[in-house]
Formats: sequence, structure tokens, C-alpha cells
Amino acid sequence: MAEYKGILVCGELMDGKLASITTELLGCGRKLADDLKEDLCCLLAGDSVGEASKEAIAFGADKIYIVEHPILKEYQADSYIQVAEKLARDISPRIILMGQTSMGRDFAPRLSFRLGTSLTTDCLDLSVNPETKLLVQTRPVYGGNAQAIFTSDVMPQMATVRTKAMSPLERDDSRKGEVIATKIDIDTSKVRTKILETVKEEAVGIKLDDAPVIVSGGRGMGGPEPFQTTLKELADLLHGAVGASRPPADNGWVPEALHIGLTGKIVAPDIYIAIAISGASQHTAGCTGSKHIIAINKDPEANIFRDAELGVVGKYEDVVPALTNKLKELLAA
Amino acid sequence: MPVNMIVCCKQVPDPEAPPSVFKVADNKMTLPPDVKPVIGQYEEFALEAALKIKDTGGGKITALSLGNNFVRDVIKKAVAVGSDELILLEDEAFEGGDSWSTANALATAIKKIGEYDVIFCGRQSSDWDAGQVGLGIAEILGIPAVTLARKVEVVDGKARVERVIPDGYQVVEVALPALIIVTSGIGALRYATLKGIMAAAKKQPVIWKPADIGLEPSQIGAAGRYSKLDKLFQPVKEAKCEIIEGETPAEAGANLAVKLREAKLL
Ligand SMILES: Cc1cc2nc3c(=O)[nH]c(=O)nc-3n(C[C@H](O)[C@H](O)[C@H](O)COP(=O)(O)OP(=O)(O)OC[C@H]3O[C@@H](n4cnc5c(N)ncnc54)[C@H](O)[C@@H]3O)c2cc1C
Ligand SMILES: Nc1ncnc2c1ncn2[C@@H]1O[C@H](COP(=O)(O)O)[C@@H](O)[C@H]1O
Repeated sequence: MAEYKGILVCGELMDGKLASITTELLGCGRKLADDLKEDLCCLLAGDSVGEASKEAIAFGADKIYIVEHPILKEYQADSYIQVAEKLARDISPRIILMGQTSMGRDFAPRLSFRLGTSLTTDCLDLSVNPETKLLVQTRPVYGGNAQAIFTSDVMPQMATVRTKAMSPLERDDSRKGEVIATKIDIDTSKVRTKILETVKEEAVGIKLDDAPVIVSGGRGMGGPEPFQTTLKELADLLHGAVGASRPPADNGWVPEALHIGLTGKIVAPDIYIAIAISGASQHTAGCTGSKHIIAINKDPEANIFRDAELGVVGKYEDVVPALTNKLKELLAA
Repeated sequence: MPVNMIVCCKQVPDPEAPPSVFKVADNKMTLPPDVKPVIGQYEEFALEAALKIKDTGGGKITALSLGNNFVRDVIKKAVAVGSDELILLEDEAFEGGDSWSTANALATAIKKIGEYDVIFCGRQSSDWDAGQVGLGIAEILGIPAVTLARKVEVVDGKARVERVIPDGYQVVEVALPALIIVTSGIGALRYATLKGIMAAAKKQPVIWKPADIGLEPSQIGAAGRYSKLDKLFQPVKEAKCEIIEGETPAEAGANLAVKLREAKLL
């Protein structure tokens, strides 16, 4: 039996740079690797990896495996899995980490089943049990109404990590690491899906991920219009972005990209204003990392008041315009 | 072309029950009896995806569920909305499984069903939220899988899927048989018709025990787990919301603005 050693982070690239989740994974992986006294490795696959390998070293990796192939330009499970499966079998890591991102959700379960091992998705915390050396994996369950701790003695141990749950290390360009260009043959006949078209739907303006303030609307907004007027006006005033709970996205009132929560975006702005959102755990799972949560809801019993620090009970049609006007006045003064 | 479809549905406690009723005792989630079981939300979306295909090209839908003590009226909703068959993997031994043992048992049952063009799953179960079983089934069966579908059409032995990505969507084509994992944009599950409700009342679900699909008790449920649940707990959360008052809701809104400024939040 192979000896399983080290940690492998499956990295993600965004516009030729390390995606922020990958820096977070390296931060968490570095700590685990130090505890185990083993190497932290990072796989970077793409059509051209460029400077990202230097970045990965600066953010904590010891060894970078680079796999470049034209077919890896766009993520497709059937091509990427050939790369990750081969590398995982060659280097036998003890732990494989990925992000709970669009790609990680699509990819990590496939890889775990292919490697015949278990996976814990959406982890908030990872540590090494000093006695057993097993990875202790904590994740929310029941829509965030509880948390569960899992371990597995089937190797490699796999986990995906929620975005923004871990902190990256301070970038340190003096760190040393080894870059290993790895050739892996990709059998294109095994790619069984074909991307016919990619359509961008993102709303214009500040992105949810970067917004210091998010003004988020729920089913109680009643339709698409107030997202473009009442909510947008407040968001614009605060240099923030408009977001939504799932129903407005499901109903086509807002683009899917604005959907916040367990199955949408995880956001952590300074201020999150939840308007006509009941506060289902699956929604608040996506915003409890915010510094301050403010709720406006006509129902004083709404669950959102359990997560909020400030609240107003009332119909948004009455409350929000008054809030916006008064803020305008105060901010101008 | 009629399409032969299987929809994997899970019976779960109502995920939208108020957070306060979810209580952990003895490493288990306990819920008061008035929290009714339901078919998981993403499985309802998966059913709707299958029904839309049946609407246009015709076909057959088999609903498949693994668990124990199914509430007949709950799981038969799959038939009431338009599924043709209902197969239940129902046995005490199926309880307490993880993604691995659940996917393995479902895939084994699907092999026994034999014929299918599309298998639909939800993106994640509405209790454990793992998001693994669908892809696990596809890997075990060796068929392609497309995730996060919000629209699915079947034409000429291929499925064309609108797949949600962070800033938009992709149109992905895949040859059948394939497994398609559905997300919420597909549209809410339709209501049952009177005809459907009557069909459901008459329907005798097919029950398969572990032996019927050739699995040993050691391979399924809690015994077949790869990952061990060490602990289930609820982090304490103190509610500390300050409600801003006013003579009218509008005044309260204005007072909130003042409060935000005073607290230097803005
Ligand atoms: C597995 C799973 C994953 C999920 N993932 C997500 C997710 O990622 N994100 C998400 O949001 N949901 C998610 N959900 C759905 C979630 O459970 C809730 O159904 C959803 O969040 C409810 O959205 P809402 O609060 O906008 O709507 P509702 O629950 O219908 O609440 C509407 C609120 O608006 C208030 N209201 C109505 N009119 C007004 C008015 N005029 N002024 C002020 N207030 C008003 C009402 O009092 C009510 O509180 C998920 C569910 C499951 C099972
Ligand atoms: N016990 C089950 N019975 C039938 N289908 C299931 C079961 N568990 C999971 N599934 C299917 O797999 C999907 C993902 O589940 P999970 O991996 O548990 O989040 C669900 O939406 C269902 O379609």
C-alpha cells in the first residue's frame, strides 16, 4: 500500500492569477502541513499557468505541480479529472483540499468517487487530530441549523472549504518553493460534455464580492421593479451592491448571480441590509460573515431578527425610502 | 422521442421549519412531530425538470428513493405530480448512510432498473446539504454528469443543459445516457392534478430490500459509511437585535439612518 503523505490543494485560476479561494486554501493547508510536518503541494492546471505558481509559493506552498494543456483553458470536469486523478495517484497525498466554489462543487465529488475515498464538502474548519493524525472536518448541516464533525480513515482524506472561511497568509515573495512542470496526457475522447456557449449575466456596477455594503431583497419585494428602484437607490447611495435571497433569482426578478446563501454566493460585506427576507438558515448561511446585519421586515417574528444587530419592523415601501432620504441628508451634511 | 427518466428523491424533515425547532440530542437531529417530512427542495426541482421533458417529448419517469419509514403520502407526491413509477429502497439497514453508501445503493438499484436515458438528482439534499450523491452515482455508473442545470432539453439522443456558473450560464451538450443535477432556476414543482392524486392513491410502490439489489448489510447505510460522524452540535448564537422604533414605519426608517450615522457604521 502506498504511503499517503502531504497535502494537495487543487488550485483555481482567475484571469491568470490565483483565485482568492486558493490563497485561503493555502493558508489553511500551510497550518495543517506544519502540524503534520509534511509538504504543502498545489496543483495548477490551465492552458497557461504563468505567474500563478510564484504566487502560490508566496502564499505558502512548498511544491507546485503545473499542468498546461490547451484543453484546460476552460474548466470541464472530464478533462480536469484526468489531471487530478493522475497526480493524486502519483503523489498519494494524505489530504486533498479544494474550494466549495462553482468548480469545486462540480469536481470534488467526482474525484473522491473516482479515487474511492470520502469527501466532506463545505467545511468551515479543518484541523489535524494530533493522536490519530486524521483530518477533523467541521461543516454546517441542516441548512446551517447545526454543525457536524467528520473524520475518515480512508485515504486520501478530501474536503472542500467554504469561500471566505479561512484566511490566506500574508503574501511573502521571499518564500522558496519548487515548481514541477508535469506532463499528463489528456484523452480528449473522454471529455463527454461540450460547452456550446457561455453567457455572462452579471449585473452592472459593483460586484457582490467586492461591495462594502449589500442591500439585499427577498420574496417580500413582490417583483423585479423595486430591485431596480428602491433597493438600487439605497445601494448606490452607499456605494454598495444589490443582492437577493433565492426566490427573486428563481423568479427571474434578478440575475442568478445575485443569489446569496448556501446555494448562492457567500458574502461578507461590512454592512448587509436584508429587506423583506425572512431569514431562513439557508439564506443567512451566506451572509453571517458580514460585520453588521440590518433587517427590515414587516413581520416582527421573522427569523432574520435573530441574526441582525439592528432592525426595523415595517413594510419596506414605507421604511426604505425614508431611510434612503434621511441618509442622503446626513451624508450630505 | 420518449425519454426514459429516473429521478432520485429524498424524504427529509421540512428544511424551512423555523431554526428554533432544530435541536440536537445525542448526536442526532431531533425535530418535534409537527415538523412534517417533505420531498427535498432540489429533488422537487429535479422532478419538475423531468416533467417538463415529459411534457414536450413524452416519456416515463421513475421516482427512486432510499431510506426507511417512508411516509407514503409524502413520497407519493412524486407520482401525484406525474411520475409513472415509484421504487423505494426501504429498510432499516439503509439508515444512517453517507454520500458513499447512499450513492452506491442508488447506483446499484439503477443498474437493476436497467434502462434509462436521463437520471435526475438535486444539487444537494435538504437535510445534510452534501451535494455529492448525484455525481457519485454518475461515477459509479460510468456515465457523464452535468451539474447545476436550470433548463434541460432532450433532442436527438442528447441533452442540452443550461448550467449555472457564477456570473451567468453555459449551454452544455451531453450524449445520453447522462446524469443531470438540477438547481433552483428550473421553476417550482407543479401542483398535483386530481388525476395525479388518484393515480398516486392507487399506486403500490415497488419496495426493494438490500438483498433485492444484491447488497450486503455491511455495504449499506451506517455500516457502509466511509466517513464517520464524530459529533453533531449547535454553536450557540445570542440574539441581540436592537429594534429601532418610530411613530410610523417611515419615521423608524429615518431613525435607523440616524442610528447608523451615530454608530459610525456609515
Ligand atoms: C438545501 C437548500 C438550500 C437553499 N439555499 C438558499 C440560498 O442559498 N439562499 C436563499 O436565500 N435561500 C435558500 N434556500 C431557500 C430558503 O430555505 C428560503 O426558502 C428562502 O431563503 C426564503 O427567501 P425569502 O426570505 O426571500 O422569502 P420568504 O421566506 O417568503 O420571506 C419573505 C419575507 O418578506 C417579508 N415581507 C413581505 N412583504 C414585505 C414588505 N412589504 N415589507 C417588508 N417585509 C415584507 C415577510 O414578512 C417575510 O419575512 C434553500 C433551501 C434549501 C432547502
Ligand atoms: N436517500 C436518497 N434517496 C434518493 N435520492 C437521494 C438520496 N440521497 C441523496 N439523493 C439524491 O442526491 C442528491 C444530492 O444529495 P446529497 O449528496 O445528499 O446532498 C439529492 O438531491 C437527491 O437527488
